[in-house]
Amino acid sequence: MTTSDMSTPELDDNPIEVRISLDMVKRGIYVTPLIIAVAAMPWGGPGALSAAFALGLVFVNFLLAAALVSGAAKISTALVMAATLFGYLIRLGLILVAFLLVRDASWISRPALGATIIVSHIGLLVWELKYVAISLAHAGLKPARP
Amino acid sequence: MEAFTILAQEADKAAAAASSAGFAYGLAAIGPGIGIGYLVGKSVEAMARQPEAAGMVRTTMFLGIAFTEALALIGFVVFILIGL
Repeated sequence: MTTSDMSTPELDDNPIEVRISLDMVKRGIYVTPLIIAVAAMPWGGPGALSAAFALGLVFVNFLLAAALVSGAAKISTALVMAATLFGYLIRLGLILVAFLLVRDASWISRPALGATIIVSHIGLLVWELKYVAISLAHAGLKPARP
Repeated sequence: MEAFTILAQEADKAAAAASSAGFAYGLAAIGPGIGIGYLVGKSVEAMARQPEAAGMVRTTMFLGIAFTEALALIGFVVFILIGL
């Protein structure tokens, strides 16, 4: 058996990583107004804008990670390793570049940006765990209730 | 002359803060890098042993990667808060 035979057709048609990250982004969009409102309370307008920017970074980070892993998994399992490690470096670099581009902007509040990145990243992951099935029968998201 | 001395001291402080921040960011990225490498290596091994479990392994791997990356993000936040 070659490594390319290991991926199953149903996984390739609807990659698990993409489904999970889209689900996280969807939930993130639901709570975006709440997070922006909470950030606006102590930090005002810059806090709200920084929180929105941080949420955008977190969403792009999730989607890019999923796209890289699922794209590599279609080619070979060995490539998953390379794509994940280099993808990690690329995504950290992109976040750094995104921050460097806006660091001197008047609308940036660094504490709001940092707090939103950490809280939304970990919060969305923990929230998503409720909807993930770790079983052979339903890899990825749990099936919807009838 | 005194103004130049104060400016030089302030520049030194800023340079020290920037290099400390970069050092903290670099250190914070090492641990998750090792963690992700180990996690993905073991996942690839698991997929090679049991191809029928690839979906479940990939689900767990993806979430594990995202949680491990949170550590690097915490380092990044320290980096931006210390000052760049």
